[in-house]
Amino acid sequence: MAYSEKVIDHYENPRNVGTLDKEDANVGTGLVGAPACGDVMRLQIRVNDNGIIEDAKFKTFGCGSAIASSSLATEWIKGKSIDEAATIKNTQIVEELNLPPVKIHCSVLAEDAIKSAIADFRAKQAARLALEQA
Amino acid sequence: MTLKLPIYMDNHATTQADPRVVETMLPYFTQVFGNAASRSHSFGWSADEAVATAREQVATLIGASKAKEIVFTSGATESNNLAIKGVAHFYRDKGNHIITTKIEHKAVLDTCKRLEVEGFEVTYLGVDKLGRIDPEDVRRAITDKTILVSVMLANNEVGTIQPIKEIGAITRERGVLLHSDAVQGVGKTPFDVEEMNVDLASLTAHKLYGPKGVGALYVRRSRPRVRIATEMDGGGHEFGMRSGTLNVPGIVGFGKACELLTAEWRAEAERFRGQRNHLLDLLTSALDEVHMNGSFEHRLPNNLNLSFGFVEGESMLMAINDVAVSSGSACTSASLEPSYVLHAMGVTDDAAHSSIRFGLGRFTTDEEIEYVAKLVIEKVRKLRDMSPLWEMHKEGIDLTTVQWTAH
Ligand SMILES: Cc1ncc(COP(=O)(O)O)c(C=O)c1O
Repeated sequence: MAYSEKVIDHYENPRNVGTLDKEDANVGTGLVGAPACGDVMRLQIRVNDNGIIEDAKFKTFGCGSAIASSSLATEWIKGKSIDEAATIKNTQIVEELNLPPVKIHCSVLAEDAIKSAIADFRAKQAARLALEQA
Repeated sequence: MTLKLPIYMDNHATTQADPRVVETMLPYFTQVFGNAASRSHSFGWSADEAVATAREQVATLIGASKAKEIVFTSGATESNNLAIKGVAHFYRDKGNHIITTKIEHKAVLDTCKRLEVEGFEVTYLGVDKLGRIDPEDVRRAITDKTILVSVMLANNEVGTIQPIKEIGAITRERGVLLHSDAVQGVGKTPFDVEEMNVDLASLTAHKLYGPKGVGALYVRRSRPRVRIATEMDGGGHEFGMRSGTLNVPGIVGFGKACELLTAEWRAEAERFRGQRNHLLDLLTSALDEVHMNGSFEHRLPNNLNLSFGFVEGESMLMAINDVAVSSGSACTSASLEPSYVLHAMGVTDDAAHSSIRFGLGRFTTDEEIEYVAKLVIEKVRKLRDMSPLWEMHKEGIDLTTVQWTAH
């Protein structure tokens, strides 16, 4: 299969590969996909007190399109508020990377990864709030 | 020697034609271009003679006792169709049961599926972890309705060599015909239709350093005389078994390719074995969590099929894009299903997604082996640094206990 130039670029120079401390209260972690399906994405965000995503990191097990989708996702969400980041749609990723139909699931996974990281962060915040109020 | 990129290491898919083969073919395009079926002039006679020589050369390679047991076709897909449908349609009054395996090429499996629609019953035998058929499973599956057993000589993905001789002893004893898709094994592992009691065998030139689009079906003429229904009607070429004007240049090239192999295959197989084992050593001494798919002992000497744990196959192919290899990963297939061959062997889907097939060939050099090993090691490390699974594995997390969100 021929890859689009943008996929190759993200694949060869992935942005924001790495790991944030998942125990940190300001870090949200999303782990989506399954090894048996051939793709697993872990996307992490560090959110500051103003609700802005200061940093984002990913690691992905998957094909080139999956790696590119998660790399792009981290690039897009950095500097956005979590509410804004939550509005990113997989179709935008498909468009940006010129993904062919068989690779659409990679973009879906990247959207899920963002949502899942945000949900994790919010759950942590809620738990902390509950603790403070208790 | 300087290394030329890209490197071709996908010789189970197809092979480069040997220049000696091409040279032999050339006069048959412009000089000896007659129709081998023309009986009335020298153009036809010369073409016919060339085909007769090629028939001998193919027959010799597989130990057939008569050249006319070789029926030329357009390739192994056609040969498999002709063998299985031909036998089924000819012997349907004798029985309607066919036995094959779960790891055959699609040209066998889909032919069998078609016959099921027509009312035939097909048993698909499983294989063990190493990809081998147990001949006793064949014996147990035979009923008084069984007319044909079809088992490949060697598998195209994992290179596992099947016990054809043992299966042939059983089918002969039970009076059932044996067909073997010998495409991958011939010229790399011993194959002799007489010694192994094979009644029909499929071959294709393009896996043997010959041209694409030409193949053969061996059809035994005596003890027993095998009959097949024709699937291609027309002028009655190829002893009435396969009509169509013969592809004379292709057949000449196929013959030459077989002649070369008859003389050279044993030495070539030894060279493959040395290079392949060296590649394996280089990879496994540098990298952890590399697993071999299939048997090491009963394996084509030019095949290596490895799962690089925690690294997805298609991303590997992309990372080593100046080396042509293939993967059992779903992502490389249109169906998004990982390899059914690996699945039949009980390889987990995760490992199937991480599998890479290396297929060495006549033109593989030692320098290429070194280059490929170095590149693969470097890229596996890079991709593992990006793999959440590798990180979790390193932290001691058992990935089978994680609740994954299947999608
Ligand atoms: C085991 C096996 N059988 C059959 C075939 C089909 O051969 P052909 O390409 O000549 O139709 C192949 C090659 O793709 C093969 O590997």
